[in-house]
Amino acid sequence: MNDINTNNIIEVKNLVKKFKELRAVDGITFSVKENEIFGFLGPNGAGKTTTINIICTLLSKTSGEVTLCGHNVARERNKVRNFIGMVFQEPSLDDRLTALENLYFHGLLYNVPRGTLKERSEEVLEMVNLTSRKNSLVMTYSGGMRRRLEIARGLLHYPKILFLDEPTLGLDPQTRNKIWDYIIKLKKSKSITIFLTSHYMEETEICDRIAVIDKGKIIALDSPDNLKNTVGGDIITILSEENIKLKKYIKEITGSDAHDAKEGKIRFEVKDSSSFIPKLIKNSPVKILSISARKPTLNDVFLDLTGREIRDENASVKDNLGMRMRGRMRH
Amino acid sequence: MKKELIGVYIIWLRDIKRYFRDKPRIIGSFAQPVLFLFVLGTGIASSLGFKGGGGGDYLNFMFPGIVGMTVLFTSFFSAMSIVWDREFGFLREVLVAPISRTSIVAGKILGGSTIAMIQGAIILLFAPLLKIPITFTVFFKVTGIMFLVAMTITTLGIVLASKMKSMQAFQVITNFLLMPMFFLSGALFPLNNTVKWMNVISKANPLSYGIDAMRTIILDNPALQLYPIWLDIVVLVSVTVVMSVLGAFLFNRQE
Repeated sequence: MNDINTNNIIEVKNLVKKFKELRAVDGITFSVKENEIFGFLGPNGAGKTTTINIICTLLSKTSGEVTLCGHNVARERNKVRNFIGMVFQEPSLDDRLTALENLYFHGLLYNVPRGTLKERSEEVLEMVNLTSRKNSLVMTYSGGMRRRLEIARGLLHYPKILFLDEPTLGLDPQTRNKIWDYIIKLKKSKSITIFLTSHYMEETEICDRIAVIDKGKIIALDSPDNLKNTVGGDIITILSEENIKLKKYIKEITGSDAHDAKEGKIRFEVKDSSSFIPKLIKNSPVKILSISARKPTLNDVFLDLTGREIRDENASVKDNLGMRMRGRMRH
Repeated sequence: MKKELIGVYIIWLRDIKRYFRDKPRIIGSFAQPVLFLFVLGTGIASSLGFKGGGGGDYLNFMFPGIVGMTVLFTSFFSAMSIVWDREFGFLREVLVAPISRTSIVAGKILGGSTIAMIQGAIILLFAPLLKIPITFTVFFKVTGIMFLVAMTITTLGIVLASKMKSMQAFQVITNFLLMPMFFLSGALFPLNNTVKWMNVISKANPLSYGIDAMRTIILDNPALQLYPIWLDIVVLVSVTVVMSVLGAFLFNRQE
């Protein structure tokens, strides 16, 4: 199925999607390798769902080239659909049907032979621990159970790629962790490519590679560790009596710029915080009220790249408007 | 091909299963026709001394119209459910499955029409209460017409639904299209002795032909018949075919 000279299962070249004037996806190029977990990380409205919808044939592109398993997603829609399992951001189960019925309908739509359908349904339900509730109507399920059933359904026809669009959106933290446990378990037990999006940066840590996407563009693409290494060391946050003076001092001794952070603190990066902090406290020209150091997270990567937090409440009005417009046009 | 037929079947089956599980909907769906028939109908008949067209009781005249109303509303709302289903529900999942959009539309048309036909048939069972004799032959003939009318209305609804992005326009369509279609269909009053403009509009209303056919079969009263049955059927089939093709085309267009 694949091109002989590559193990890329998805190839996207210069993809653009315009909604009237708005460039929701603005010329992105990337590829997804077979059997990796690939993540899209970015704020709401960055273009993640739009891109996924184009790859899985739900939306047409404005320009560019997208192939999946060697098939053009615009011209060979039905072929492409056979290869993909999809878990949407919005719920897409029929809540008046039971779990088994939802799976049965899905199986027939995807040509799963009737003979093996029952067996496979049991298999995927077992995987997400829903066997005991298989004959209950979905309307009696909790949010987390619905999500698990959707993941099970996405796997029923043995797709080559499973798309998970914000799989933990709207779930409580405990349930979110469980969903990720299932995904990690799935990855261990099956050879499958997983393409996920999230705006919770800690969740994308399980990815082999992450594309950081903002305003329709990919601004970085690497493994989580490599991305974090670009930050340049540990993150130090300080509350002091005189920030301006302290900033100047830090620039002198480390050579890096300190930035204003939340709650009147300043933040900057140093290679080795454990030897730096005692030195700073001893020699600082201003009084330090509090100091903390931590390893960089993907949120710091995003902050470094864009100057904004990934879930910045203080995003400019214009940004917010763009987000909402994209949100509405996402379909 | 077999795969596409399975797709049609699945979408049809899902609508049917949902319908039979929704007991409040089934019970609630009697409320409106019963209200129209026994409250509005009785009121009009007794206070105006109304005699439908060529004689006979007003309730008898109205009865086929109320069966038609049930079919109209049920099939139209089924078609409209595509809109929210596409945004929030099961239809998203179907749209990404390896079956064609045309099969999805076909399944939806058949599902909506089947449910509307069942609803209409249930109302038909009220006939003995109005002392209208319904034989098995009449029952099956009317059921056939009901299915055809339901197809016409469902396809029309799907064409409209394909252009709708949200349910906001729903109220507008109900008030500006559905209610006029109902009022100008000959369901509540005969069309042959109304004012000219009403008569003209009702000729462009596919529901008029459906109600006419049902009334002809149920009441068997030539004085109330507007068109020959064959013409009723030709009009309904033509509108259904045109709307189905248009609906499939609109649905196939990708955003």
